[in-house]
Amino acid sequence: MIVFDKPKALTDAPLHYCPGCTHGIIHRLVAEAIDELGIEGKTIGVAPVGCSVMAYDYFSCDMVEAAHGRAPAVATGIKRSDPSNIVFTYQGDGDLASIGTAETVHAATRNENITVIFVNNAIYGMTGGQMAPTSLPGQVTQTSPYGRDTKLCGFPVRVCEMLSELEGPEYLERVAVNNVKNIKKAKAAIKKAFENQINGKGFSLVEVVSTCPTNWGMTPKDALKWVDDNMIPYYPLGVYKDRSGKEEK
Amino acid sequence: MTEKVLMKGNEAIAEAAIKAGCRHYFGYPITPQTEIAAYMAKRMPKIEGTFLQAESEIAAINMVYGVAATGKRVMTSSSSPGIALKSEGLSYLAGADLPALVVNVQRGGPGLGGIQPSQSDYFQATKAGGHGDFRMIVLAPAFVQEMADLTIKGFDLADKYRMTSMILADGTMGQMMEPVEIREDAEITTYDKPWAVTGTGCKREHNIVNSLFLKPDQLEKTNIERYERYKLIEESEAMYEEFMMEDAEICVVAFGIAARVSQNAIVEARKQGIKVGMIRPITLWPFPKKPLLAAADKVNKFISVELSMGQMVEDIELAIRCKKPVELCNRVGGMIPSPEEVLAKIKEANGGKN
Amino acid sequence: MSTFNILIAGFGGQGVLFAGKCLAYKGLTENKQVSWLPSYGPEMRGGTANCSVILSDTPVGSPIVSNPDVLIAMNLPSLDKYENEAVSGAKIFIDSTLITRKVEREDVEAFYVPATKMAADIGAPTLANMIIIGKMIKETGVVDFDTIEVGLKKVIPARKADMLELNLKALKAGYDL
Repeated sequence: MIVFDKPKALTDAPLHYCPGCTHGIIHRLVAEAIDELGIEGKTIGVAPVGCSVMAYDYFSCDMVEAAHGRAPAVATGIKRSDPSNIVFTYQGDGDLASIGTAETVHAATRNENITVIFVNNAIYGMTGGQMAPTSLPGQVTQTSPYGRDTKLCGFPVRVCEMLSELEGPEYLERVAVNNVKNIKKAKAAIKKAFENQINGKGFSLVEVVSTCPTNWGMTPKDALKWVDDNMIPYYPLGVYKDRSGKEEK
Repeated sequence: MTEKVLMKGNEAIAEAAIKAGCRHYFGYPITPQTEIAAYMAKRMPKIEGTFLQAESEIAAINMVYGVAATGKRVMTSSSSPGIALKSEGLSYLAGADLPALVVNVQRGGPGLGGIQPSQSDYFQATKAGGHGDFRMIVLAPAFVQEMADLTIKGFDLADKYRMTSMILADGTMGQMMEPVEIREDAEITTYDKPWAVTGTGCKREHNIVNSLFLKPDQLEKTNIERYERYKLIEESEAMYEEFMMEDAEICVVAFGIAARVSQNAIVEARKQGIKVGMIRPITLWPFPKKPLLAAADKVNKFISVELSMGQMVEDIELAIRCKKPVELCNRVGGMIPSPEEVLAKIKEANGGKN
Repeated sequence: MSTFNILIAGFGGQGVLFAGKCLAYKGLTENKQVSWLPSYGPEMRGGTANCSVILSDTPVGSPIVSNPDVLIAMNLPSLDKYENEAVSGAKIFIDSTLITRKVEREDVEAFYVPATKMAADIGAPTLANMIIIGKMIKETGVVDFDTIEVGLKKVIPARKADMLELNLKALKAGYDL
């Protein structure tokens, strides 16, 4: 008999995410990786500010809530305090690629031995749908009501591409969770990002192209399709840096 | 008994922090406190500690937050504009009830200001360290020996009350050298930290270090509990020193470098027959209200000697319930009042007599 | 002795701060109360540098020497700046190789030491500071000269032990002047 269980690394607290939001999937993938690697007891997670702000209630490991954008700095402190612990951050696009850009870039360039799960859904969700650093050109949001005008607000930040120019980081991969095939790849990438840390290899970031049906104003199904049609063409999936692997974009 | 050595105030803070068991330092260069970082950069690798030059003051204080969450002693240091950047982290440390030591070797402001000594971050340290209702324990050393002693004390108070201790020094205190003894046998108390994130070992419920409380009644409760602790601190931890106060008719109030300048002026004024003394606050929060209030019944006047536009005056007036006038003797922008200037103010307060 | 308020001033690079440190350390080993305060900031870089050193039998109040009773001027700007700040009866020591003018005040005692030249003559061109300190100790008795080596050893790191002899030589040359 096959029993579909909840991973041990997740608590029983009901998730607060909107219907159709992919945060739930990504939480599960992280928790599965923690379970499979048997590291829950020595894992410390860092929650961001954004939709996943209450991730500290959902993971069973010790958790720390960071200020907006500062998760990589907080994780640096935790990791340096006891390098035998496994430390991950879970951050959204506003947190990681806007207010926390400096912390992200410098944790990467130091090759800080932490795991970063970066959820990119091209919008500020928690505050109600404002333009994110990763909102697409022309994308309508509350603060770009006429569509993102690149003349006024510049272009989206491609985090994996940007960080791949640095000497420091060990592993950068962009994945998506809009279909089963992509979810499986995402799982493998997340697990690898934790394994890298266990093996002392250094900064590993997995960018997960995600959805926000609520603020995109779509049904969950349409949102998944929008990922295929609009997000992935702008944010191509794949490995951007893997110092110990061969595959590199 | 340890041999006395000559040390800069900044170095004394660094060595004392190590003595206090601090093995994690995060900072960002800024004059006039960079010797602390330089000292830590040299020493930490030799004692399996962490020295990390962060990408910004903001990152540094958040690294401090991370280590503090794991229950270990941790510190950062900066000077005025850098402390302003750290105010975000100071508030989060308070909201999550994490202990840490933060050093401010003050320089003149506002803005980029200057690099010479100042005490104009008094308000920032004692009242407005960041957003929200919170306090920091603020320690104001006046001697290099105190730079060391109050650093050790600061770590202890931080752990004891789960909050930030701030050393509020200034450029002079940081740069000057004086004999200092960092006692090898100094007793360092360690505190249980069952709240720390150290990994559950799958043996206990997970710990959460957090300052987010979306339910107002919960958030109110954390604030009220915190202020009960603060009340305890106000009752038991105020530190000060009295100088020639026995028969004083004028009371100088000054801390740090201003207290040392004032001491010269008081000695000279006494030679001239003026009955003047000094109360030197060692903790600025909690402010030593009791001795000041007691003095208000004996002296005719108070003089606040400060390197600011008179920020401490307000606390003195509150402490003495405006029973007696409080005059200000100050220099700002990196200038330091001379003993002669303080003496002139004392004479003026004495009604022009002598 | 009661209290010596010493101000040492010169160009950055003349060893002004180092000279002050030697004095402070020597004072410490004689169980005196001491303080040492440097000027700091951009002016250290090639501009004027000065340091306040106080040696006293009683606890040091303000560490800032604005009215020295001992002034060491190693260059002209320093003499120009501080001559009028010295107390009446002060002893002023002047590197006469670099400063050609005389002290204008008559209520102070001036000592003209060709320190830079003497330093070059004894093969220690960077130690004019020590020569003038030697002379100052001779004239003020601020610290015990016979045991000056004790103070020097505290500030010269072991890996630069070869500098110890040279510094002593310079101090002695100044003292014996």
